[in-house]
Amino acid sequence: MNRQWFKSGVPWIWINAGAIAIAIVAVVGLLGLIMIRGMSHFWPAEVSEFKFQNKTQSTTIIAEIIETESIPAQTVPGFDHLTGNITRHLVKTGNRDILGGDFKWIYDQGMKSHEFPAEIMVLERVEWGNFYGYLKAVYEKDKLIASNEKAWPEFKQRLNRAVHLREKILDLEQGDIGAINYQLERLRLKQKRLQLDNKLDEARQTEISQQREVLKRQYQVLVQQTKTLYQDINRDSIRAIVMDGREITVPLEKIIKAWQPNKMNVIDKFGFYFTSLLSFILEDPREANTEGGIFPAIFGTVMMVLLMSIVVTPFGVIAAVYIREYAKQGIVIRIIRIAVNNLAGVPSIVYGVFGLGFFVYFMGAGIDQLFYPEALPAPTFGTPGLLWSSLTLALLTLPVVIVATEEGLSRIPRSLREGSLALGATKIETLWRVVLPMASPAIMTGLILAVARAAGEVAPLMLVGVVKLAPSLPLDGNLPFLHLDRKFMHLGFHIYDVGFQSPNVEAARPLVYATAFLLVIVIVTLNLSAINLRNKLREKYRALDN
Amino acid sequence: MKQTQTVKTIDPSLFKSSNNNQPNESIMDVNHLNLYYGDAQALKDVSFSVKKNQVTAFIGPSGCGKSTLLRCFNRMNDLIESVKIEGEIVLDKKNIFDNEIDVTSLRRRIGMVFQKPNPFPMSIFENVAYGLRLQGINKRRVLEEKIEWALKGAGLWKEVKDRLDGSALGLSGGQQQRLVIARAIAIEPEILLLDEPASALDPISTLKVEELIYELKSRYTILIVTHNMQQAARVSDETAFMYMGELIEFGRTDLIFTNPEKKQTEDYITGRYG
Repeated sequence: MNRQWFKSGVPWIWINAGAIAIAIVAVVGLLGLIMIRGMSHFWPAEVSEFKFQNKTQSTTIIAEIIETESIPAQTVPGFDHLTGNITRHLVKTGNRDILGGDFKWIYDQGMKSHEFPAEIMVLERVEWGNFYGYLKAVYEKDKLIASNEKAWPEFKQRLNRAVHLREKILDLEQGDIGAINYQLERLRLKQKRLQLDNKLDEARQTEISQQREVLKRQYQVLVQQTKTLYQDINRDSIRAIVMDGREITVPLEKIIKAWQPNKMNVIDKFGFYFTSLLSFILEDPREANTEGGIFPAIFGTVMMVLLMSIVVTPFGVIAAVYIREYAKQGIVIRIIRIAVNNLAGVPSIVYGVFGLGFFVYFMGAGIDQLFYPEALPAPTFGTPGLLWSSLTLALLTLPVVIVATEEGLSRIPRSLREGSLALGATKIETLWRVVLPMASPAIMTGLILAVARAAGEVAPLMLVGVVKLAPSLPLDGNLPFLHLDRKFMHLGFHIYDVGFQSPNVEAARPLVYATAFLLVIVIVTLNLSAINLRNKLREKYRALDN
Repeated sequence: MKQTQTVKTIDPSLFKSSNNNQPNESIMDVNHLNLYYGDAQALKDVSFSVKKNQVTAFIGPSGCGKSTLLRCFNRMNDLIESVKIEGEIVLDKKNIFDNEIDVTSLRRRIGMVFQKPNPFPMSIFENVAYGLRLQGINKRRVLEEKIEWALKGAGLWKEVKDRLDGSALGLSGGQQQRLVIARAIAIEPEILLLDEPASALDPISTLKVEELIYELKSRYTILIVTHNMQQAARVSDETAFMYMGELIEFGRTDLIFTNPEKKQTEDYITGRYG
């Protein structure tokens, strides 16, 4: 009976299904964990006011509860006379500049009250993290404008103005002034280039000087503009009360966002949630990457993957065509094929070392000598950058594309090639017009695998181009628009940096999850668009039924 | 074995007599052709000549070398590395196996249609335009004219004229085969090689293709390989019977089918083997 059941194959099906179930649970669990941990960070949590009373004094703590746990009392200094477990909370008090730290453990023992006062205000600041406390009054210069109940609406209104002004300043500084600086630098390089070539005569010298004068005048005008804007933005300030009763002044210039979480209803909270999420995706990082957004990292990741695809696809396809279509099939080609397959198994850091040694130090230095001597000793391409990262990853993913393309080529029916040849096509014409278009879905499959691998790769990038904080995006409005020599930010490296190199680990932890989640989203998006393209191609070139 | 019945019922009126009265000039001569796949000899000292504007059929049991022979005419066997060829096929006083012969222009003169329909995964229009575009003809107006002519020639125009931009893979098997024939005649070859063109088709499509072959004869010299002896009898003027790589008998179709000289031929067409 039992034997019969075993032979029927039913247990085998159960084992198969079980394996699949475990795999699904693992994937869903992983995504669920990083999603919940990461995405809950942006929800405006309620802020508590705790009041403690011991024999001599009473203290107030205003904070968000981050985590609550129960631990044996003996292990906690100060409570070791108690038995059993005690409950403690990790709370975020913010106000790092005033209190010396953002986080604190508090215990239920001695807690007199735990309330959620509606008037508590949270400020997201340019520096020093969040502020928690009460708003007291709004000032314009030194003049009191509003206080107590009237202060909040007045403050919100003036904050809008300040935020708007800050955006303007940023636009001016990064956009227009940045462009002028870039042009000045180019002018300097041009002059130096002419000097090196011994072509710098009077006429050219005066021309360059004139151009420089024009730029400098423009620069002065812009600096004047920013000065006025800074005066404008510095106009207002607020007085606020911290939890220990101190009163401090916060200029509006330093405030990014202000909210009163305990007053918000669910709709407000959702609104707040999505704007926070959006600014996380679209803004630059601040405060050593522990605050602000991750836009440059998303941009860098996508850019690098796209460049890699542009390099690896033609390269891989051409190599596969040679191996499959032209080379004499024999022992040499067999060895080459095995070598290519083994390349896929080389640890990625090895590619990083190769990229650094060959691309950066050899090719990059060579390019600098030949084409950018004017900038030396400052390297242009002789330093890690976007181009070298893309090339290194292209090398890393080349075997995948070659193998997939070869597979695709071998599946094209012989009858179609013969049909083309019989019409007087040469081999290369047949390849271009019939074989490669029909193999394009397989090529796309190779590319999809390559993208999946490249987008998640971090180790080699640390050697050939990724940095903690890139001053500017590799794509901007200054000629030649795409700056392949620039260093860039990458989501994978960003996770490592925020999580393990950050000065403020507790504050950064949710960002690690959020960034990880976004990295997954970016990879999935890249993959889905490639898969979509492949399916369209498949439909178009679906092989004959026979 | 099945053919035992059919041979007896062949209607003598099927044999075309139109071309049989005056002997046509020959367009190609095959002289002492030997072909080896590695060590195995697939064609043994084959010699005959192909007459202009006639249909020459090759019959014989599977593996007798008739497809191999057909693929010699447009040098399709070049694609197989182990093939070695001796002897010659003379076209325009030149041996087509000479090194100086340009294979692509040879294949433009000698078109080929394969056993299974093999349209490219493109539109009907682009399929027929393929050979023309290879010759550098890209003007839309010229292409349209030639494609209409070729599709009319292949008897497919009426069925596809409204969906020329539709995929060729959406056509039925018979339509696909006629499309492939249109593709072959679009570049106006002199000779057409048909390698069992109807073997993958249903009877009605087969009939259409056979009618087409009969019509095409006035403009092209046709060489056809077929398994189906009735078909050979119906469409061809001359028939070659091959067996084990040898050309056993070659002659006018009516004679081969009614009064074969060799015993082997008789055995085959009466279905005693094969």
